[in-house]
Amino acid sequence: MEEKIKSLVLEQKHIDLGGRMVPFAGYSMPIQYSGVVQEHMQVREGVGIFDVSHMGEFYISGKGSFDLIQKISSNDASKLEIGQAQYSCMPNEKGGIVDDLIVYRMTDDGYLLVVNASNLEKDWNWISKHNTEDVSMQNQSDKMCLFAVQGPKAIDALQRITDVNLEEIKYYSFEVGSIGGVENVIISATGYTGSGGFELYVDNADALTLWENVMSAGEPEGILPIGLGARDTLRLEKGFCLYGNDIDETTSPLEAGLGWITKFSKDFINAENLKKQKEEGVRKRLVGFVMTERGIPRSGYDIVDLEGNVVGNVTSGGQSPMLEKGIGMGYVPKELSKKGTKIKIQIRKKQIAAEVVKVPFV
Amino acid sequence: MNVPEGLKYSSEHEWIKIDDKIATIGVTDHAQSELGDIVYVEVDTVDEDIIKDKVFGSVEAVKTTSDLFMPISGKVIEFNEKISEDGDDNPALINEDPYGGGWIIKIEIQDMEEIETLLSADEYKNLIG
Repeated sequence: MEEKIKSLVLEQKHIDLGGRMVPFAGYSMPIQYSGVVQEHMQVREGVGIFDVSHMGEFYISGKGSFDLIQKISSNDASKLEIGQAQYSCMPNEKGGIVDDLIVYRMTDDGYLLVVNASNLEKDWNWISKHNTEDVSMQNQSDKMCLFAVQGPKAIDALQRITDVNLEEIKYYSFEVGSIGGVENVIISATGYTGSGGFELYVDNADALTLWENVMSAGEPEGILPIGLGARDTLRLEKGFCLYGNDIDETTSPLEAGLGWITKFSKDFINAENLKKQKEEGVRKRLVGFVMTERGIPRSGYDIVDLEGNVVGNVTSGGQSPMLEKGIGMGYVPKELSKKGTKIKIQIRKKQIAAEVVKVPFV
Repeated sequence: MNVPEGLKYSSEHEWIKIDDKIATIGVTDHAQSELGDIVYVEVDTVDEDIIKDKVFGSVEAVKTTSDLFMPISGKVIEFNEKISEDGDDNPALINEDPYGGGWIIKIEIQDMEEIETLLSADEYKNLIG
Protein backbone atom coordinates (compact mmCIF):
# COMPACT_ATOMS: atom_id res chain seq x y z
CA MET A 1 0.00 0.00 0.00
CA GLU A 2 1.80 3.05 -1.20
CA GLU A 3 0.52 6.37 -0.03
CA LYS A 4 1.77 9.78 -0.88
CA ILE A 5 3.22 11.58 2.12
CA LYS A 6 1.38 14.85 2.71
CA SER A 7 3.12 18.08 3.60
CA LEU A 8 2.05 20.40 6.38
CA VAL A 9 1.08 23.89 5.22
CA LEU A 10 4.04 25.19 7.27
CA GLU A 11 6.51 22.48 6.25
CA GLN A 12 9.18 24.92 5.05
CA LYS A 13 8.87 26.86 8.31
CA HIS A 14 9.67 23.72 10.30
CA ILE A 15 12.66 22.91 8.13
CA ASP A 16 13.93 26.49 8.53
CA LEU A 17 13.55 26.15 12.31
CA GLY A 18 15.74 23.05 12.26
CA GLY A 19 12.93 20.53 12.57
CA ARG A 20 13.85 16.98 11.69
CA MET A 21 11.03 15.77 9.46
CA VAL A 22 9.83 12.18 9.63
CA PRO A 23 6.82 10.41 8.12
CA PHE A 24 4.01 10.07 10.65
CA ALA A 25 0.36 9.21 10.02
CA GLY A 26 0.76 9.99 6.33
CA TYR A 27 2.38 13.38 6.92
CA SER A 28 5.91 14.63 6.98
CA MET A 29 6.10 15.90 10.57
CA PRO A 30 8.78 17.51 12.75
CA ILE A 31 9.88 14.95 15.35
CA GLN A 32 12.26 17.32 17.11
CA TYR A 33 13.96 20.69 16.75
CA SER A 34 16.42 21.42 19.56
CA GLY A 35 16.12 18.08 21.35
CA VAL A 36 13.38 16.12 23.08
CA VAL A 37 14.46 16.86 26.66
CA GLN A 38 14.92 20.59 26.13
CA GLU A 39 11.59 20.85 24.31
CA HIS A 40 9.86 18.80 26.98
CA MET A 41 11.13 20.97 29.83
CA GLN A 42 10.26 24.14 27.92
CA VAL A 43 6.62 23.03 27.81
CA ARG A 44 6.58 21.94 31.44
CA GLU A 45 8.09 25.23 32.65
CA GLY A 46 7.36 27.85 29.99
CA VAL A 47 5.60 27.66 26.65
CA GLY A 48 6.06 25.78 23.40
CA ILE A 49 4.18 25.58 20.11
CA PHE A 50 3.34 22.37 18.25
CA ASP A 51 2.12 22.14 14.67
CA VAL A 52 -0.40 19.30 14.90
CA SER A 53 -2.25 20.16 11.71
CA HIS A 54 -2.23 16.49 10.74
CA MET A 55 -5.18 15.96 13.12
CA GLY A 56 -8.50 15.41 11.38
CA GLU A 57 -11.52 17.70 11.73
CA PHE A 58 -15.07 16.70 10.80
CA TYR A 59 -17.94 19.17 11.00
CA ILE A 60 -21.28 17.51 11.71
CA SER A 61 -24.26 19.80 11.68
CA GLY A 62 -27.94 20.36 11.18
CA LYS A 63 -30.85 18.07 11.73
CA GLY A 64 -29.91 14.82 13.43
CA SER A 65 -26.34 15.86 14.30
CA PHE A 66 -26.85 15.45 18.03
CA ASP A 67 -28.37 11.98 17.66
CA LEU A 68 -25.56 10.84 15.37
CA ILE A 69 -22.93 11.99 17.84
CA GLN A 70 -24.71 10.34 20.75
CA LYS A 71 -24.76 7.09 18.77
CA ILE A 72 -21.06 6.99 17.86
CA SER A 73 -19.55 8.65 20.94
CA SER A 74 -19.19 7.04 24.39
CA ASN A 75 -19.33 10.35 26.26
CA ASP A 76 -22.61 12.18 26.72
CA ALA A 77 -22.91 15.11 24.31
CA SER A 78 -26.11 16.28 26.04
CA LYS A 79 -23.80 17.76 28.68
CA LEU A 80 -22.16 20.03 26.12
CA GLU A 81 -23.12 23.71 26.02
CA ILE A 82 -22.13 25.82 23.02
CA GLY A 83 -18.47 26.72 23.64
CA GLN A 84 -17.66 23.50 25.45
CA ALA A 85 -15.69 20.45 24.38
CA GLN A 86 -15.40 16.92 25.66
CA TYR A 87 -12.96 14.06 25.34
CA SER A 88 -14.62 10.88 24.12
CA CYS A 89 -14.08 7.69 22.17
CA MET A 90 -15.93 5.83 19.46
CA PRO A 91 -16.53 2.25 20.57
CA ASN A 92 -16.66 -0.42 17.88
CA GLU A 93 -19.10 -3.33 17.92
CA LYS A 94 -16.55 -5.86 19.18
CA GLY A 95 -15.63 -4.30 22.52
CA GLY A 96 -12.77 -2.15 21.25
CA ILE A 97 -12.26 1.45 20.18
CA VAL A 98 -12.40 2.90 16.65
CA ASP A 99 -10.65 6.11 17.78
CA ASP A 100 -10.51 8.65 20.57
CA LEU A 101 -11.56 12.19 19.79
CA ILE A 102 -12.64 15.59 21.06
CA VAL A 103 -16.18 16.79 20.38
CA TYR A 104 -16.66 20.57 20.23
CA ARG A 105 -20.13 22.04 20.30
CA MET A 106 -19.83 25.01 17.94
CA THR A 107 -23.48 26.03 17.53
CA ASP A 108 -26.88 24.82 18.58
CA ASP A 109 -26.65 21.85 16.23
CA GLY A 110 -23.10 22.09 14.89
CA TYR A 111 -20.28 19.89 16.22
CA LEU A 112 -16.60 19.71 15.35
CA LEU A 113 -15.03 16.29 15.85
CA VAL A 114 -11.26 16.21 16.12
CA VAL A 115 -9.81 12.78 15.36
CA ASN A 116 -6.40 11.16 14.97
CA ALA A 117 -4.72 11.63 11.60
CA SER A 118 -3.79 7.97 11.38
CA ASN A 119 -7.49 7.01 11.65
CA LEU A 120 -8.99 9.78 9.56
CA GLU A 121 -10.30 7.69 6.71
CA LYS A 122 -11.40 4.84 8.97
CA ASP A 123 -13.27 7.28 11.24
CA TRP A 124 -14.94 9.01 8.32
CA ASN A 125 -16.15 5.69 6.94
CA TRP A 126 -17.27 4.53 10.39
CA ILE A 127 -19.32 7.65 11.09
CA SER A 128 -20.70 7.66 7.54
CA LYS A 129 -21.80 4.06 7.93
CA HIS A 130 -23.76 4.96 11.05
CA ASN A 131 -25.14 8.16 9.53
CA THR A 132 -28.43 6.57 8.53
CA GLU A 133 -30.42 9.81 8.82
CA ASP A 134 -28.33 11.68 6.24
CA VAL A 135 -26.84 14.21 8.66
CA SER A 136 -24.56 16.80 7.06
CA MET A 137 -20.88 15.79 7.40
CA GLN A 138 -17.94 17.81 6.13
CA ASN A 139 -14.32 16.81 6.25
CA GLN A 140 -12.45 20.04 7.05
CA SER A 141 -9.10 18.36 7.69
CA ASP A 142 -7.30 19.74 4.65
CA LYS A 143 -8.60 23.27 5.18
CA MET A 144 -7.48 23.85 8.76
CA CYS A 145 -4.25 24.00 10.68
CA LEU A 146 -3.96 23.26 14.38
CA PHE A 147 -1.32 24.76 16.63
CA ALA A 148 -1.06 23.67 20.24
CA VAL A 149 0.43 26.42 22.39
CA GLN A 150 1.16 24.60 25.60
CA GLY A 151 2.74 25.26 28.97
CA PRO A 152 2.10 27.29 32.12
CA LYS A 153 3.18 30.52 30.38
CA ALA A 154 1.11 29.97 27.22
CA ILE A 155 -1.57 32.25 28.59
CA ASP A 156 0.89 35.12 29.17
CA ALA A 157 2.24 34.87 25.65
CA LEU A 158 -1.12 34.55 23.93
CA GLN A 159 -2.87 37.25 25.95
CA ARG A 160 -0.52 39.81 24.34
CA ILE A 161 -2.03 39.14 20.91
CA THR A 162 -5.74 38.83 21.63
CA ASP A 163 -8.56 40.80 23.20
CA VAL A 164 -10.32 37.60 24.16
CA ASN A 165 -9.97 37.19 27.93
CA LEU A 166 -8.10 33.89 28.01
CA GLU A 167 -8.44 33.46 31.75
CA GLU A 168 -12.16 33.11 31.30
CA ILE A 169 -11.78 30.14 28.94
CA LYS A 170 -12.06 27.19 31.29
CA TYR A 171 -10.42 23.82 30.69
CA TYR A 172 -12.23 22.03 27.85
CA SER A 173 -14.07 25.09 26.67
CA PHE A 174 -13.34 27.48 23.81
CA GLU A 175 -14.11 30.76 22.13
CA VAL A 176 -14.01 31.72 18.50
CA GLY A 177 -12.24 35.03 18.16
CA SER A 178 -9.40 37.12 16.85
CA ILE A 179 -5.84 36.31 17.88
CA GLY A 180 -2.50 37.28 16.39
CA GLY A 181 -4.23 39.42 13.78
CA VAL A 182 -6.29 36.49 12.52
CA GLU A 183 -10.08 36.35 12.74
CA ASN A 184 -12.23 33.32 13.44
CA VAL A 185 -9.68 31.23 15.29
CA ILE A 186 -11.03 28.53 17.59
CA ILE A 187 -9.18 29.23 20.85
CA SER A 188 -9.59 26.07 22.87
CA ALA A 189 -8.33 25.41 26.40
CA THR A 190 -7.33 21.85 25.58
CA GLY A 191 -4.11 20.00 24.91
CA TYR A 192 -2.16 16.78 25.16
CA THR A 193 0.60 17.84 27.51
CA GLY A 194 -1.05 18.29 30.91
CA SER A 195 0.77 21.60 31.33
CA GLY A 196 -2.08 23.92 30.39
CA GLY A 197 -2.35 26.16 27.38
CA PHE A 198 -4.47 26.41 24.29
CA GLU A 199 -5.08 24.80 20.95
CA LEU A 200 -5.70 27.14 18.02
CA TYR A 201 -7.66 26.00 14.97
CA VAL A 202 -7.07 28.29 12.02
CA ASP A 203 -7.76 28.40 8.28
CA ASN A 204 -4.79 27.33 6.16
CA ALA A 205 -4.59 30.78 4.56
CA ASP A 206 -3.96 32.44 7.93
CA ALA A 207 -1.76 29.73 9.45
CA LEU A 208 1.63 31.29 8.78
CA THR A 209 0.53 34.68 10.14
CA LEU A 210 -0.76 33.10 13.32
CA TRP A 211 2.34 30.92 13.81
CA GLU A 212 4.69 33.88 13.40
CA ASN A 213 2.67 36.13 15.67
CA VAL A 214 2.54 33.47 18.38
CA MET A 215 6.31 32.94 18.09
CA SER A 216 6.93 36.70 18.45
CA ALA A 217 4.47 37.03 21.31
CA GLY A 218 6.21 34.22 23.18
CA GLU A 219 9.71 35.64 22.90
CA PRO A 220 9.81 36.89 26.50
CA GLU A 221 8.96 33.35 27.64
CA GLY A 222 11.54 31.84 25.30
CA ILE A 223 8.91 30.01 23.27
CA LEU A 224 10.25 27.05 21.26
CA PRO A 225 8.75 24.93 18.51
CA ILE A 226 8.12 21.43 19.86
CA GLY A 227 8.20 18.19 17.90
CA LEU A 228 6.36 14.90 18.06
CA GLY A 229 9.07 13.37 20.25
CA ALA A 230 8.35 15.69 23.16
CA ARG A 231 4.63 15.51 22.45
CA ASP A 232 4.87 11.82 23.22
CA THR A 233 6.99 12.13 26.38
CA LEU A 234 4.74 14.94 27.65
CA ARG A 235 1.53 12.96 27.19
CA LEU A 236 3.11 9.81 28.63
CA GLU A 237 4.12 11.59 31.85
CA LYS A 238 0.45 12.51 32.27
CA GLY A 239 -0.77 8.99 31.46
CA PHE A 240 -2.79 10.13 28.44
CA CYS A 241 -3.64 7.31 26.05
CA LEU A 242 -2.22 7.25 22.56
CA TYR A 243 -4.41 5.52 19.98
CA GLY A 244 -2.54 2.69 18.31
CA ASN A 245 -0.41 2.16 21.42
CA ASP A 246 -2.53 2.17 24.57
CA ILE A 247 -5.95 1.84 22.97
CA ASP A 248 -7.03 0.22 19.73
CA GLU A 249 -9.73 -1.88 18.07
CA THR A 250 -9.22 -4.63 20.67
CA THR A 251 -9.04 -2.68 23.95
CA SER A 252 -12.16 -1.79 25.85
CA PRO A 253 -12.53 1.79 27.11
CA LEU A 254 -13.18 0.32 30.56
CA GLU A 255 -9.94 -1.66 30.52
CA ALA A 256 -8.13 1.47 29.35
CA GLY A 257 -9.34 3.48 32.34
CA LEU A 258 -11.69 5.50 30.15
CA GLY A 259 -14.77 4.67 32.21
CA TRP A 260 -15.09 8.37 32.93
CA ILE A 261 -15.91 9.06 29.27
CA THR A 262 -18.13 5.98 28.90
CA LYS A 263 -21.59 7.16 29.93
CA PHE A 264 -24.35 4.59 30.24
CA SER A 265 -26.86 7.36 30.88
CA LYS A 266 -27.50 7.25 27.12
CA ASP A 267 -27.30 4.69 24.33
CA PHE A 268 -24.32 4.32 22.00
CA ILE A 269 -22.72 1.65 19.81
CA ASN A 270 -21.94 -1.45 21.88
CA ALA A 271 -23.17 0.20 25.11
CA GLU A 272 -24.93 -2.98 26.20
CA ASN A 273 -21.81 -5.15 26.08
CA LEU A 274 -19.67 -2.53 27.72
CA LYS A 275 -22.24 -2.11 30.46
CA LYS A 276 -22.15 -5.83 31.03
CA GLN A 277 -18.35 -5.69 31.17
CA LYS A 278 -18.57 -2.93 33.72
CA GLU A 279 -20.97 -4.90 35.90
CA GLU A 280 -18.94 -8.09 35.67
CA GLY A 281 -15.67 -6.27 36.10
CA VAL A 282 -12.76 -6.07 33.66
CA ARG A 283 -10.13 -8.81 33.60
CA LYS A 284 -7.20 -6.60 32.64
CA ARG A 285 -6.41 -2.97 33.16
CA LEU A 286 -4.16 -0.36 31.64
CA VAL A 287 -1.76 0.76 34.38
CA GLY A 288 1.16 3.09 34.72
CA PHE A 289 4.46 1.83 36.11
CA VAL A 290 7.85 3.28 36.99
CA MET A 291 11.10 1.41 36.75
CA THR A 292 12.60 0.90 40.19
CA GLU A 293 15.82 -0.36 38.62
CA ARG A 294 17.61 1.22 35.73
CA GLY A 295 16.07 0.53 32.35
CA ILE A 296 13.73 2.06 29.85
CA PRO A 297 10.54 0.26 28.91
CA ARG A 298 9.41 0.46 25.30
CA SER A 299 6.19 -0.36 23.53
CA GLY A 300 5.95 -4.10 22.85
CA TYR A 301 8.13 -5.30 25.74
CA ASP A 302 6.67 -8.05 27.94
CA ILE A 303 5.45 -7.38 31.46
CA VAL A 304 6.28 -10.33 33.75
CA ASP A 305 5.23 -11.16 37.29
CA LEU A 306 7.71 -11.91 40.06
CA GLU A 307 7.63 -15.62 39.15
CA GLY A 308 8.73 -14.69 35.66
CA ASN A 309 5.43 -15.40 33.84
CA VAL A 310 4.51 -13.07 31.02
CA VAL A 311 1.35 -11.30 32.22
CA GLY A 312 0.98 -8.40 29.83
CA ASN A 313 2.72 -6.04 27.51
CA VAL A 314 4.03 -2.50 27.50
CA THR A 315 1.92 -0.23 25.30
CA SER A 316 3.88 3.01 25.80
CA GLY A 317 7.20 3.66 27.43
CA GLY A 318 10.19 5.90 27.59
CA GLN A 319 12.43 7.94 29.78
CA SER A 320 10.58 10.59 31.80
CA PRO A 321 12.49 13.86 31.49
CA MET A 322 10.89 15.11 34.73
CA LEU A 323 11.49 11.99 36.84
CA GLU A 324 14.69 10.97 35.03
CA LYS A 325 13.42 7.40 35.23
CA GLY A 326 11.89 4.91 32.86
CA ILE A 327 8.09 5.04 32.88
CA GLY A 328 5.49 3.18 30.92
CA MET A 329 1.93 2.00 30.55
CA GLY A 330 0.65 -1.44 29.78
CA TYR A 331 -2.11 -3.97 30.33
CA VAL A 332 -1.90 -6.33 33.30
CA PRO A 333 -4.42 -8.72 34.89
CA LYS A 334 -6.70 -6.92 37.30
CA GLU A 335 -5.10 -8.56 40.33
CA LEU A 336 -1.76 -6.99 39.40
CA SER A 337 -3.19 -3.54 38.68
CA LYS A 338 -3.14 -2.19 42.23
CA LYS A 339 -0.85 0.69 43.04
CA GLY A 340 2.38 -0.56 44.57
CA THR A 341 2.30 -3.98 42.87
CA LYS A 342 5.78 -5.15 41.98
CA ILE A 343 6.24 -6.29 38.39
CA LYS A 344 9.14 -6.74 36.03
CA ILE A 345 9.73 -5.59 32.49
CA GLN A 346 11.56 -7.83 30.05
CA ILE A 347 14.15 -5.50 28.55
CA ARG A 348 16.01 -7.55 25.99
CA LYS A 349 17.68 -10.38 27.95
CA LYS A 350 16.97 -9.01 31.43
CA GLN A 351 13.99 -8.66 33.69
CA ILE A 352 14.09 -5.25 35.32
CA ALA A 353 12.06 -4.33 38.40
CA ALA A 354 9.16 -1.91 38.16
CA GLU A 355 6.20 -0.89 40.27
CA VAL A 356 2.61 -0.07 39.38
CA VAL A 357 1.78 3.56 40.16
CA LYS A 358 -1.18 5.84 39.79
CA VAL A 359 -1.10 8.09 36.74
CA PRO A 360 -0.33 10.91 36.10
CA PHE A 361 3.33 10.20 36.75
CA VAL A 362 4.09 13.90 37.33
CA MET B 1 27.60 16.10 9.98
CA ASN B 2 31.08 15.69 11.31
CA VAL B 3 32.91 12.67 9.83
CA PRO B 4 36.58 12.98 10.78
CA GLU B 5 39.28 11.66 8.45
CA GLY B 6 41.62 9.06 9.85
CA LEU B 7 38.90 6.98 11.47
CA LYS B 8 37.23 3.87 10.08
CA TYR B 9 33.44 3.52 9.99
CA SER B 10 30.81 0.81 9.92
CA SER B 11 27.45 0.77 8.17
CA GLU B 12 25.92 0.52 11.66
CA HIS B 13 27.11 4.11 12.28
CA GLU B 14 30.07 3.32 14.48
CA TRP B 15 33.52 4.80 14.22
CA ILE B 16 36.66 2.77 14.85
CA LYS B 17 40.06 4.17 15.76
CA ILE B 18 42.86 1.69 15.35
CA ASP B 19 46.06 1.81 17.43
CA ASP B 20 48.07 -1.28 16.63
CA LYS B 21 45.99 -4.21 17.97
CA ILE B 22 43.58 -2.07 19.98
CA ALA B 23 40.46 -0.49 18.49
CA THR B 24 38.42 2.22 20.17
CA ILE B 25 34.76 2.19 19.15
CA GLY B 26 32.05 4.81 19.43
CA VAL B 27 28.99 5.97 17.55
CA THR B 28 29.16 8.63 14.84
CA ASP B 29 27.93 12.20 15.04
CA HIS B 30 25.17 11.18 12.64
CA ALA B 31 24.12 8.32 14.93
CA GLN B 32 24.03 10.40 18.10
CA SER B 33 22.02 13.04 16.29
CA GLU B 34 19.50 10.45 15.08
CA LEU B 35 19.22 8.92 18.54
CA GLY B 36 18.70 12.22 20.34
CA ASP B 37 19.28 12.66 24.07
CA ILE B 38 21.12 9.57 25.27
CA VAL B 39 20.30 8.58 28.85
CA TYR B 40 21.86 5.18 29.34
CA VAL B 41 24.48 2.94 27.79
CA GLU B 42 24.62 -0.72 28.64
CA VAL B 43 27.69 -2.82 27.97
CA ASP B 44 27.90 -6.02 29.97
CA THR B 45 30.29 -7.81 27.65
CA VAL B 46 33.65 -6.68 29.03
CA ASP B 47 36.18 -9.56 28.84
CA GLU B 48 34.04 -11.37 26.27
CA ASP B 49 35.17 -12.38 22.80
CA ILE B 50 32.55 -11.23 20.36
CA ILE B 51 32.49 -11.74 16.63
CA LYS B 52 31.84 -9.10 14.01
CA ASP B 53 28.21 -7.95 13.66
CA LYS B 54 27.14 -9.40 17.04
CA VAL B 55 25.65 -7.15 19.72
CA PHE B 56 28.00 -5.90 22.43
CA GLY B 57 25.67 -3.45 24.15
CA SER B 58 22.88 -0.97 23.70
CA VAL B 59 22.18 2.72 23.83
CA GLU B 60 18.98 4.06 25.34
CA ALA B 61 17.86 7.50 24.24
CA VAL B 62 14.76 9.28 25.54
CA LYS B 63 12.74 8.20 22.53
CA THR B 64 14.39 5.07 21.28
CA THR B 65 16.79 2.24 21.93
CA SER B 66 19.48 0.93 19.66
CA ASP B 67 21.76 -2.09 19.80
CA LEU B 68 25.49 -1.67 19.43
CA PHE B 69 27.22 -4.07 17.04
CA MET B 70 30.84 -5.16 16.89
CA PRO B 71 32.25 -3.61 13.70
CA ILE B 72 35.05 -6.20 13.77
CA SER B 73 35.67 -9.28 15.90
CA GLY B 74 37.60 -8.95 19.13
CA LYS B 75 37.71 -9.10 22.89
CA VAL B 76 36.04 -6.22 24.76
CA ILE B 77 38.70 -4.94 27.14
CA GLU B 78 37.28 -1.67 28.40
CA PHE B 79 33.97 0.17 28.74
CA ASN B 80 34.37 3.94 28.99
CA GLU B 81 33.84 4.65 32.68
CA LYS B 82 32.87 8.26 31.94
CA ILE B 83 29.63 7.05 30.39
CA SER B 84 28.99 3.83 32.32
CA GLU B 85 26.46 3.62 35.11
CA ASP B 86 29.11 2.32 37.50
CA GLY B 87 31.51 5.10 36.56
CA ASP B 88 30.76 8.79 36.04
CA ASP B 89 27.41 7.90 34.50
CA ASN B 90 27.48 10.69 31.95
CA PRO B 91 26.15 9.13 28.73
CA ALA B 92 25.31 12.61 27.39
CA LEU B 93 29.02 12.75 26.50
CA ILE B 94 28.09 10.69 23.44
CA ASN B 95 25.84 13.52 22.26
CA GLU B 96 28.34 16.23 23.17
CA ASP B 97 31.58 14.67 22.01
CA PRO B 98 30.90 11.51 20.01
CA TYR B 99 34.46 11.13 18.67
CA GLY B 100 36.22 12.13 21.89
CA GLY B 101 35.01 11.74 25.47
CA GLY B 102 31.99 9.80 24.23
CA TRP B 103 33.89 6.71 23.04
CA ILE B 104 32.18 3.52 24.18
CA ILE B 105 34.49 0.50 24.24
CA LYS B 106 38.02 -0.63 23.49
CA ILE B 107 38.63 -4.03 22.00
CA GLU B 108 41.60 -6.23 21.27
CA ILE B 109 41.36 -6.91 17.55
CA GLN B 110 41.14 -10.61 16.73
CA ASP B 111 41.70 -10.53 12.99
CA MET B 112 43.53 -7.55 11.49
CA GLU B 113 42.24 -8.45 8.04
CA GLU B 114 38.71 -7.55 9.03
CA ILE B 115 39.76 -3.90 9.09
CA GLU B 116 39.59 -4.03 5.31
CA THR B 117 35.82 -4.50 5.56
CA LEU B 118 35.34 -1.13 7.27
CA LEU B 119 34.45 2.10 5.50
CA SER B 120 36.64 5.15 4.99
CA ALA B 121 35.40 8.61 5.97
CA ASP B 122 34.42 9.31 2.36
CA GLU B 123 32.60 6.02 2.01
CA TYR B 124 30.71 6.67 5.23
CA LYS B 125 29.78 10.20 4.11
CA ASN B 126 28.28 8.68 0.96
CA LEU B 127 26.34 6.21 3.06
CA ILE B 128 24.64 8.85 5.19
CA GLY B 129 24.14 11.15 2.21
